[in-house]
Amino acid sequence: MSFDAVLFYLFGALAVGSALAMVLNLRNTVAAAMSLVVTMVALGGIYVLLQAHLVAVIQIMVYGGAIVVLFIFVVMLLNLRSDSFPPGRIRALKLLGSAVGIGALVRFLGALGAHLPEARALPEGFGGYRHMGRALFTDYVLPFEMTSLLLLAAIVGAVILAKRRIGP
Amino acid sequence: MIPLEHVIGLSAILFTIGTLGALTRRNLIVILMSIELMLNAVNLAFVGFAWAWSDLGGHIMVLMVITAAAAEVAVGLGIVIAMFRNRDSVNVEDVSLLKW
Amino acid sequence: MPWDVLAKTLFIVIVAVAMFAPVVTWVERKQSAVMQDRIGANRADLFGIRVLGLLHPAADVLKLITKEDVVPEGASRVMHMVAPIIAAVAAIISFAVIPYGAEYRFGDSVVNLVAADIDWGLLYIFAVGSIAAYGTVIAGWASNNNWSLLGSLRASAQMISYEVTLGLSVVGIFMVFGTLRLTDMAFAQDATFRLLGFLEAFGWWDPLPAWLGWIRLPTWGILLQPLGFVMFLTAIMAENKRPPFDIPEGESEIVAGYHTEYSGMRFGLFYMAEFIEVIVIAGLVATIFLGGWSIPWLPQATLIGAVTPVFGSGFANLVCMVAHVLTFLMKVVVMIWLQMAVRWTLPRFRYDQVMDLCWKILLPLSLANVFVTGTILLLIRGLG
Repeated sequence: MSFDAVLFYLFGALAVGSALAMVLNLRNTVAAAMSLVVTMVALGGIYVLLQAHLVAVIQIMVYGGAIVVLFIFVVMLLNLRSDSFPPGRIRALKLLGSAVGIGALVRFLGALGAHLPEARALPEGFGGYRHMGRALFTDYVLPFEMTSLLLLAAIVGAVILAKRRIGP
Repeated sequence: MIPLEHVIGLSAILFTIGTLGALTRRNLIVILMSIELMLNAVNLAFVGFAWAWSDLGGHIMVLMVITAAAAEVAVGLGIVIAMFRNRDSVNVEDVSLLKW
Repeated sequence: MPWDVLAKTLFIVIVAVAMFAPVVTWVERKQSAVMQDRIGANRADLFGIRVLGLLHPAADVLKLITKEDVVPEGASRVMHMVAPIIAAVAAIISFAVIPYGAEYRFGDSVVNLVAADIDWGLLYIFAVGSIAAYGTVIAGWASNNNWSLLGSLRASAQMISYEVTLGLSVVGIFMVFGTLRLTDMAFAQDATFRLLGFLEAFGWWDPLPAWLGWIRLPTWGILLQPLGFVMFLTAIMAENKRPPFDIPEGESEIVAGYHTEYSGMRFGLFYMAEFIEVIVIAGLVATIFLGGWSIPWLPQATLIGAVTPVFGSGFANLVCMVAHVLTFLMKVVVMIWLQMAVRWTLPRFRYDQVMDLCWKILLPLSLANVFVTGTILLLIRGLG
């Protein structure tokens, strides 16, 4: 087993473990957010193993360093306490839903044995910022420009939603 | 070499965990975080296929997904703050007026 | 087992963390004392020998280790412990990509004096800086204390705001040097350029007097991107909460800000993280803007070529290596002095002034810098 594969399984186990910790965490929202950060960083490590260097760094900077910080910011701002969530009422429905979800997962994993197309060799510098920069400004310039419009809409929307109403 | 099936399998597992979290939790912030987890699982699948088939389009798609996720989180947290300001709670069962 | 990576990591940890960081705490006390016309701390002694107060860092460490480890009631124990660890680890691993020497050939083997020669080295520093924000954010929340929470809210907003400006202020440097790899940036600064040499691209070089061609300046980042240097220094000092941007620590306003409830070695980790960040800032600015390990007007090839006929190639490389590492350390010392001088000169900024500086002044200026740099590069290199 090569070193890459060992690291992949290690990071994969870390990602799954902290994802479970985030979803099953019943009391502490900030601890759930920190588990999400661990998942993000583990996925960033897997991206580096898969030769996606620019994507890995952007994942850690944007997802792990800004998005989850925003989550924690809101949790601290709203000062959520852990005792405001009484236990759920319809237990049976939750268990049924979880069983269906896990059944779907098992079925999907079973179908993965089917033949996937052959892997191709990667060119030098694949996933680095030079190739990505060239691709972003030549082949994919339209999505690149659309995301700037999307971000503008998101900024305006977030400011309006969080503003206090200045009324009579 | 990392087998592609294992990468996609990991992506499927993370996606399922995210879906279960989004469907069963009542804390709105944890629901939003589970949606982020689902988006991350999809990103992993894109990167895995881009690595296997030497196609840079997968990475570009991941950049677009990360950007869309950032925008969605900003607006989503704005909604959470507005909801908290009106009802003093982030429990989704308190905003179920449209339920039957 | 990559022994050279292990050796370089040990070198970084021993020199930077164990030797430089305590000396920087001593420098802070002594330099502030000299600037404020007093003597400073000089009482710590070992068997009656006081070495100008150089034993004070050792006394600090002993005091912090033997103090009681207090976790406030109602605070989350795990989060309280994790926060200083994140801050300290993020500060230390930033050293992995900073080159403190060039490539040297000893017979057949090539020694590259950087722990990790990553192609996207500068992006790695930014990513680690984003993770470092968590130390501050969690510390305030995990203390179950209103003033700590206030300090960490301000800190997280300040840190994520300045990350944006930090990235944009070095885009000009990326364009000029054409690389994100810090070793390549240091190599690119090993050359010289003629003053006003860019006029040759427009065909206006000939009318100028001939002696102007003799003035050659080293291609340092600070000479090619002076505005970028000022913006980067401001942004990285604000990102690491160095005074005058130390609103999160407060020091005289909100008790001790986000590390009010930390004592003993937990506070020691925060303290150490701050001074290691001073060294990281110094190392980064030295690499990107001040030429890194390169000696001005003396390229590596010239130095090795001068010593080789007398002593042989291996010894020449060794002499070159020592000279380069000493030059780098000297530049780091100059940058540390500069940060301390700025700290003890400027009063602390108010929080809205800090935010105004980031979003209303530095961000438009950095975008203008990118635009002007791009235009000039396009005109010089032609549209080919």
